Amino acid sequence: MTIEVRAQARQPGRSRTQTGLKTTLAALALCATALSTTAFSGTARAETATMVMATEPPTLVSLTNVATTALGVSAKVTEGLLEYDENLNPKPQLAIAWEVSPDGLTYTFKLRDGVRWHDGKPFTADDVAYSLNLLKKVHPRGRTTFANVTSIDTPDPQTVVLHLSKPAPYLLKAFAAAETPIIAKHIYENTDPASNPNGNAPIGTGPFKFKEWSRGNYIAYERNDDYWGKPDPKIDQLVVKFIPDAAARSIAFESGGVDFGYRTPVALSDLERLKKLPNLKFETKGAAYSSNVTRLEFNLDNPYFKDHKVREAVARALDRKVIVNTIHYGAAIPTSSPIAPGLKAFHDPAPSPYTYDIKAANKLLDEAGYAPKEGKTRFHVTLDYNPITTEGRRLAEYIRASLSRIGIAVDLRAQDISAFVKRIYTDRDFDFTVNGASNLFDPTVGVQRLYWSKSFVKGVPFSNSTHYSNPEVDQLLEQAAVENDPVKRKEQFRKFQEIVGRDIPDLNLVQPVFLTVHNTKVHDLVTTADGVEGNLAHVEIK
Amino acid sequence: MRLLSRTGRSLRRTLIQAVPTVIGIVILNFLLLQLVPGDAADVIAGESGSATVESMAALRKQFGLDQPVLVQLLSYLNHLAHFSLGFSPRYNMPVGELIMARLPYTLMLMACAFTLSLVVGIACGALMAAFARRWPDRAMSLVVLVLYSAPGFWVGLMMIVLFSVHLGWLPSGGAITIGANLGFWDAVGDQLAHLVLPSFSLACFFIAVYARLTRSAMLEVERQDFVRTAQAKGLTPFTIQIRHVLRNALIPVTTVAGLHLGNMLGGAIVVETVFGWPGMGRLALDAVMARDFSVLLGVLLLSSFVVIFANVLIDLLHAWLDPRIEAE
Repeated sequence: MTIEVRAQARQPGRSRTQTGLKTTLAALALCATALSTTAFSGTARAETATMVMATEPPTLVSLTNVATTALGVSAKVTEGLLEYDENLNPKPQLAIAWEVSPDGLTYTFKLRDGVRWHDGKPFTADDVAYSLNLLKKVHPRGRTTFANVTSIDTPDPQTVVLHLSKPAPYLLKAFAAAETPIIAKHIYENTDPASNPNGNAPIGTGPFKFKEWSRGNYIAYERNDDYWGKPDPKIDQLVVKFIPDAAARSIAFESGGVDFGYRTPVALSDLERLKKLPNLKFETKGAAYSSNVTRLEFNLDNPYFKDHKVREAVARALDRKVIVNTIHYGAAIPTSSPIAPGLKAFHDPAPSPYTYDIKAANKLLDEAGYAPKEGKTRFHVTLDYNPITTEGRRLAEYIRASLSRIGIAVDLRAQDISAFVKRIYTDRDFDFTVNGASNLFDPTVGVQRLYWSKSFVKGVPFSNSTHYSNPEVDQLLEQAAVENDPVKRKEQFRKFQEIVGRDIPDLNLVQPVFLTVHNTKVHDLVTTADGVEGNLAHVEIK
Repeated sequence: MRLLSRTGRSLRRTLIQAVPTVIGIVILNFLLLQLVPGDAADVIAGESGSATVESMAALRKQFGLDQPVLVQLLSYLNHLAHFSLGFSPRYNMPVGELIMARLPYTLMLMACAFTLSLVVGIACGALMAAFARRWPDRAMSLVVLVLYSAPGFWVGLMMIVLFSVHLGWLPSGGAITIGANLGFWDAVGDQLAHLVLPSFSLACFFIAVYARLTRSAMLEVERQDFVRTAQAKGLTPFTIQIRHVLRNALIPVTTVAGLHLGNMLGGAIVVETVFGWPGMGRLALDAVMARDFSVLLGVLLLSSFVVIFANVLIDLLHAWLDPRIEAE
């Protein structure tokens, strides 16, 4: 097609220009009509609470996929046997009473009477037994959490009895709704749990009924009028909005477009500005069920980092105070223990034997035989960082700057989450990495996998990435996993922390403090250890 | 009648070219995606923060990743041959449904931004040409330069701060007011209110391009003999500008605009992210991040259809603007 022709003269037709104008107008009108047809028509806008999330969950039931986003929505519909207070003491949810035998081998749950699924069928012990058996098979952690559960009995429709082969001292903390969801047997029986349509349109016992999921846009839940916990829920509608941009999330809070969000839903750099706004409140409670730790993991198969002196030098070159104040804007707790400060019952607050000391770090590297070559650099290493948080990259930059002071030249390598996971856990093609790990609700569930030599399994994410292997540590972890006496168990974990703190196969740096941000008109949002991840039955707007 | 037969010819020719192109695109995309490190199971495990050997194996089986690559490709082509875009295990629903839920929003945003950029861009360009080298031209050139050089997402954020936070006139994001019980016209109004800021953010760069193009093309046409003839004939300056100069200047503008349609489809990702707009761009980005290749291939396939379709439209528009340009 030639454009050059256009320049030559030609008498344009008047009528054509006018038709063109009309066509344009008609097209615009058509456009407007098309817009309206996609518009949403719902119930009257009475007492709606809007929650914000950065990304969309892959499923609405945290059964076969426990992505953080799935955990955030699951419990609103699909409840659990128990809920927990800030100190992880159990409280009733679907179970009203529970008893653990003194030998720790039998767990008996009495279930709530008169509970119905959203489709009207009664909720019974059969549902619980079916759910727990299914979780043991398909839940990403279920195989570990319920490893010792050998059989589940249902002597009557209101009673469930779990029989264990060995004690599982962490088990009673595992029954929160998002962690161990109780699903309806009549919906899942004889189906593939991963592709069951219930994952997209869940039926549960919870305070909210699933109403609509507009992909990439929002999820709408409506009040369950037959909820067992009447007069809860007090709101008519719960909406979950996805806003992928951090700045846009801040603005949505500011303008009242969203009412609440959790796990610090705004950029840390925005916090100071947002804290000055009269219509917003910030809550640190409701994050106790899952404590995250930001870690620097060494590949112990790396020729430099297999040397304890090099690792100690790195440990001495990093200042946790700077990491808390500069990288996390103060919203973090420094820690050097492999068990997060959030797990109050087990965390050992003893400081690391390797305090911040640049001179000592340089001396250690000299002793290790890495004298500076051609000026200042001793050796080059590459640092990978987990891209799932923005702080990861900033922390990696800080580490690069700090280590340059002791002559270690660091190159940063960026990649997306899939490439990162494959590199660290399958290919093991890394020197050291800034990573995060959740300690969950108990060290046996959340911490053991990171240090136990038997959990060094290629291809399994969030296993023992450092290739740490210490028979003493293995023994302590294995003992603590089945120790029924809380005092002895605490001592085992203290010893474990002491040894790992000395061996430093990784450096535990900080536990980020996750904030729940909410509008002042939202009340009773955080009432349990899992906060916004809970069922939100008590939320009120006034 | 002539237009109809021309349309038919143009469509036939496009179809003959498009089918092998699309098949090539699908196979090439599929093979390229195999080179990306990590798979869907790695992503899900990475998001979950927990996994076991068994759960990883189950995930790979669910996604069909335990099959050889060639088997995966053949099975995908088999689905396509049956007019199905396949099934996404991650979203637990057919890819076709997933895309169709997003397509209206994408087309809506694209149509509005495209119309806006053409209308405003050409109007600005025409004004600038009319006042060439005088102060209105210089002032508008400056505005256009700002629009041209400022990134769309920044313009978007600044407009959110102004219109949503400070003035409270327009919503800060999303596609509709959720849970509002609106009548028909209120719903249209609500939809338009949500469209204004994203459309303008997406359009601002293109407004600048079309304004500058229109201006220079019009100035070039003004020097042509037929314009002098029109002046000699005693036509008013306005009529000359609109009917003789602008119409002839539109050919380069529409040519470039046709090429831009594809860009708009891709460039919308940033705007969709800032405004939380549920379009296909974000679906594609999420699919890449999640290594959910059935969804990504579906989006790419459909995008290539949209681009091909848009190019046919532009061809027809050209033929209408200047009948000497015949589809051959």
